[in-house]
Amino acid sequence: MTDILKIADKTFSSRLFTGTGKFSNSQVMRDAIIASKSELVTVALKRVDIADESDDMLLHLKANHINLLPNTSGVRTAKEAVFAAQLAREALETNWIKLEIHPDPKYLLPDPIETLKAAEELVKLGFIVMPYIHADPVLCKRLEQVGAQCVMPLGAPIGSNKGLKTMDFLEIIIEQSNVPVIVDAGIGAPSHAAYAMELGADAVLVNTAIAVSQNPIQMGIAFKKAVQAGRMAYKAKLAPAKKQAEASSPLTSFLNL
Amino acid sequence: MTTFKNTFEKYDWDILENEIYSITENDVRDVLLKDKIDLQDFKKLISPAAKPFLEEMAQRSHQLTKKRFGNTMQMFIPMYLSNECQNICTYCGFSMINKIKRKTLSDKEIIDEVNHIKKLGYNHILLVTGEANQKVGVSYIKHAIDLIRNHFSNISIEVQPMDQDEYETLIAAGLYAVLVYQETYHKNTYKVHHPKGRKSNFDYRLDTPDRLGKAGIHKIGIGALFGLEDWRVDSFYTALHLKYLQKTYWKTTYSISFPRLRPHEGDVQPKVEMTDADLVQLICAYRMLDQDVELSMSTRESEVFRNNIIKLGITSMSAESKTNPGGYSVEADSLEQFEISDKRSTNEIKNMIERQGYQVVWKDWEKNYSETI
Repeated sequence: MTDILKIADKTFSSRLFTGTGKFSNSQVMRDAIIASKSELVTVALKRVDIADESDDMLLHLKANHINLLPNTSGVRTAKEAVFAAQLAREALETNWIKLEIHPDPKYLLPDPIETLKAAEELVKLGFIVMPYIHADPVLCKRLEQVGAQCVMPLGAPIGSNKGLKTMDFLEIIIEQSNVPVIVDAGIGAPSHAAYAMELGADAVLVNTAIAVSQNPIQMGIAFKKAVQAGRMAYKAKLAPAKKQAEASSPLTSFLNL
Repeated sequence: MTTFKNTFEKYDWDILENEIYSITENDVRDVLLKDKIDLQDFKKLISPAAKPFLEEMAQRSHQLTKKRFGNTMQMFIPMYLSNECQNICTYCGFSMINKIKRKTLSDKEIIDEVNHIKKLGYNHILLVTGEANQKVGVSYIKHAIDLIRNHFSNISIEVQPMDQDEYETLIAAGLYAVLVYQETYHKNTYKVHHPKGRKSNFDYRLDTPDRLGKAGIHKIGIGALFGLEDWRVDSFYTALHLKYLQKTYWKTTYSISFPRLRPHEGDVQPKVEMTDADLVQLICAYRMLDQDVELSMSTRESEVFRNNIIKLGITSMSAESKTNPGGYSVEADSLEQFEISDKRSTNEIKNMIERQGYQVVWKDWEKNYSETI
């Protein structure tokens, strides 16, 4: 059974998206990403030296199946984000952009107002916009309305590894969305990723949990499997959870009701 | 207008000192059971009673840092532009009364230094001057930023405190961060060590981070100069300052540095000693208090200390630093502000960091982001 994820003009057979930060070196990063079979990898524009063709990180990301997804991490306003996206388009030759506007450097929580403004502008400029946002169902609809190609609500603050703290809102977003929903940030364990997929998320983005693990390659594989399992369970329809046990031999059958 | 001064004045040095030195091991044990560390807990973690728990604190600091910053170490290098100074700071080699040859780099000399630094691989630079408003005022610093901005992704300064509008001018020119250390939060001791010049104004210096925050700077570096006063009380005030700033100027990133007084040309040697174990304790305590604050380590510290501090909570480091204007290429022998302890080359430091499983990060900013504000 083929189960292809389509975002804008691209198709993905892996529903695990990954990041490039926090690895101990570029080779480990590359090995972990390849092991995870991830096909979309986000990279902070501020971390790469676009003037330098021998930039270590970019060189290590050159592989046939890896699509680069530049992100605007570091910007604080819509204006800066639009500027960063244009810079990324030119430097990395892609019109895909992960829109991240977190003016708060402590918890890196996204600014909804600036994000919506920037998304609208970037869509007009021809970008495929993937906005990182709080798990706010109304904002997701607004972003969809201005042409965002997907939404990327957070499970918990970036790098916190706390899992799906926003679960109730993620469920509403998944229920309502006409564009792919990618749970981004906070996924700290394969079980969290599987859970997000079981809920019906179209994909997840994982960075810290893989990069900071003692064994990033094994962890990349673990996430790959968890995402596949969660997706398969979602498609197969989970049996409903019940509060009480249901006895296979009912106690009141003698009444012949 | 509310500034940090209002918060600062609610605290009394002697009371704090007494509290910190009365803490018991049991108090510390309670803190170690907590997930969220507040300023009260921080006092306990920097107290002498916490010494037996140093290994546990180090493990916590390592884990927290790794989670937030990953296996990475950012590199930066200082570039001294001038040793002109109209202040008397009793501990500083550049102090006005020291009979040294004064030098301010010309445009050509700045470019020569930049060319040397770029060959070493740096992309983040820290510009340093003394305090001489005529010779190295705002216009000189702005001019220096204009000269070098195409060569670096990230430009910081450590110079005299300025007014808000002056900072706004420099930010517009591409300035990313300002480091301004209070030296000591003990008002009387501060006066003793800064008897003359604009720097003798304690309050103006104290509220400098407020002016920076209002100007919309990306990053502010704070800290105390260890050796002037009791490091524990000074560090509590630094933490208090940090927490105030984070709440007030929430879009700004913060860093803390740990300069320990080193032998120099002046007449004051450290009054209060801070041992290596003390410094490790403090670094770990800051990390436990705040998982996001950047912690920076200079070449003032020894090779052995720097080799072993990589995993304990530090997030950025300098290497191969020269603390004299023109020290890299122009005038290698002019007088240093302070003596460097770790003299290893940038490449040696890079290898040392990588051997410990950390990635050296040369670039973590896009200079064009600063242009558009």
